[in-house]
Amino acid sequence: MISLPGLKHNTGKTLMTHAVLLTYTVIALFPILVIIINAFKSRKAIFKDPLALPTLESFSLEGFEQVLGRADFGLYFGNSMIVTLVSLFFVLLFGAMAAWALTEYKFRGNLFLAVLIAMGIMIPIRLGTVSILNLMASLDLVNTLTALVLVYIAQGLPLAVFILSEFIRQVPKELKEAARCDNVSEYKIFFTIILPLIRPAMATVAVFTMIPIWNDLWFPLILAPGESTQTITLGVQQFIGQYVTDWNAVLSSLTLAIVPVLVLYVIFSRQLIRGLTSGAVK
Amino acid sequence: MSHPSSIQRRFPWHILFFLAPGLLIYVTFSVYPLLDTLWLGLFQEDATGQRFFAGISNYQTLLLDAAWSEPFWNALWNNTKFFIIHMLVQNPIGLFLAALLSSPRLRLSNTYRTLIFMPTMLSVVIIGFVWQLLLSPIWGISEGFLYSIGLGQYFDAWLGKESSSLITLALISVWQFVGIPMMLIYAAMLSIPDDLIDASVVDGSNAWQTFWNIKLPLILPTIGMVSILTFVANFNAFELVYAVKGALAGPNFSSDIMGTLFYRTFFGFQLQSGSITMGAAVATLMFLIILVGVMLYLFVVQRRMKRFQL
Repeated sequence: MISLPGLKHNTGKTLMTHAVLLTYTVIALFPILVIIINAFKSRKAIFKDPLALPTLESFSLEGFEQVLGRADFGLYFGNSMIVTLVSLFFVLLFGAMAAWALTEYKFRGNLFLAVLIAMGIMIPIRLGTVSILNLMASLDLVNTLTALVLVYIAQGLPLAVFILSEFIRQVPKELKEAARCDNVSEYKIFFTIILPLIRPAMATVAVFTMIPIWNDLWFPLILAPGESTQTITLGVQQFIGQYVTDWNAVLSSLTLAIVPVLVLYVIFSRQLIRGLTSGAVK
Repeated sequence: MSHPSSIQRRFPWHILFFLAPGLLIYVTFSVYPLLDTLWLGLFQEDATGQRFFAGISNYQTLLLDAAWSEPFWNALWNNTKFFIIHMLVQNPIGLFLAALLSSPRLRLSNTYRTLIFMPTMLSVVIIGFVWQLLLSPIWGISEGFLYSIGLGQYFDAWLGKESSSLITLALISVWQFVGIPMMLIYAAMLSIPDDLIDASVVDGSNAWQTFWNIKLPLILPTIGMVSILTFVANFNAFELVYAVKGALAGPNFSSDIMGTLFYRTFFGFQLQSGSITMGAAVATLMFLIILVGVMLYLFVVQRRMKRFQL
């Protein structure tokens, strides 16, 4: 008798919770869906009924044909891939090595270096752009993907060192001591014992490192704006700036930029969200 | 035994091996450029491009000469509004969603989280264009939507008006990034021990009291962290305004923020040519603003909040 209204109240509350969360999910996804849907429609249909799904009649790929004909999206995509993956590789490798050195060994200047690197988490590298451009010009690296890779390694390292240090600290002491007693070299300890152990943390770092690099506009715009070195984000920005009034082309180029990221996100979302939440608990 | 002392005497090559590559790149492309920028801000260039030391005169120009100070204070004030909108809209919505998501035995919680976080993954540039299209009076999709729910007369070309473009841009940014506070706060809520919640329920508090008296104080450190992350990201923002309104941050500079001001000062626009040293001065001021925010957080906010931590 008493529990019945209580139960009802709870179901009502659960329903309300679902209603609110569902509404917000729609708010979050709807704008992106509208763009993707309309990319597959003819110009007339885009304006006549923007919310309708493409039908046999209104289906059209003219936007994609124009985009792929006018701009080298394959090249931009490849550039973004190269820059992101190469930067990521070195952020993980150098980040893990530095994290190991700073947490494992006691030496003069250890604390200073740790603080210096930690500052990079909070102070955006973008503020040094004026000098970075000067530096790249004097190294003759302007309009090369190398310039982007170097800057992105410097940008990604602080957070990588921070997160990986936390994990390296948790590696049991006995493991390292046992190896040292067996006269295993420090290099071998790091590469064969520590690196495999911190692989889960590497996944988290990988996600945090990759997304800002892939999505960045600032450094491609300033350091590598040349036609052959454009990344996908810059390429889309330039393309849309040029063809603002061509709705089919604009919608299609946005779709081309969005869909690969969404596919990757759906594949890796579990890992990403686990990383995000476990990182925050620390 | 002689073993330990012989290790001590030998130069620790392995430490150098592990540290050098990362440190070299970090110092060369992050630390040095930042310090060099602070230094460059103290120079000026004459007509022939010869650089000479000018002390703080760049800063005097920037802060006191009307031709420079008006855009500067405008951008700073706009940026402050941009930040305030994020604090008042993004973080409360994030907190609210996190509170809902962490309700016990909620089904589909993972799915909601994954989907709501999705826009955060996309490039700010792409999101800017998406909303530019959606809010465009030419396409009329938002107008049609507002009419369908009876609010049609309130539609306006929000992005094109001086009075509303900055607010609209801030809300677009809020829409995109609400997933970050949601995730971080959600994680903090999960880490609250169940006994604490149970004890509060046994003591007779309702859901709202439990949230207000138990959960909220315990997640205050996370809210502090979210706030400083928002602050740094906002005062460093550039892409959204540049993608939607261009480097001129129109109409009439009403959406100009520090990032776009820095870009224009450095690269120039229309008739005004860019200046390396003036650009460095603007970057230095941005650095100081962010530094003050971070220091305030580290030494005031975080220290006060420590006592809530478990």
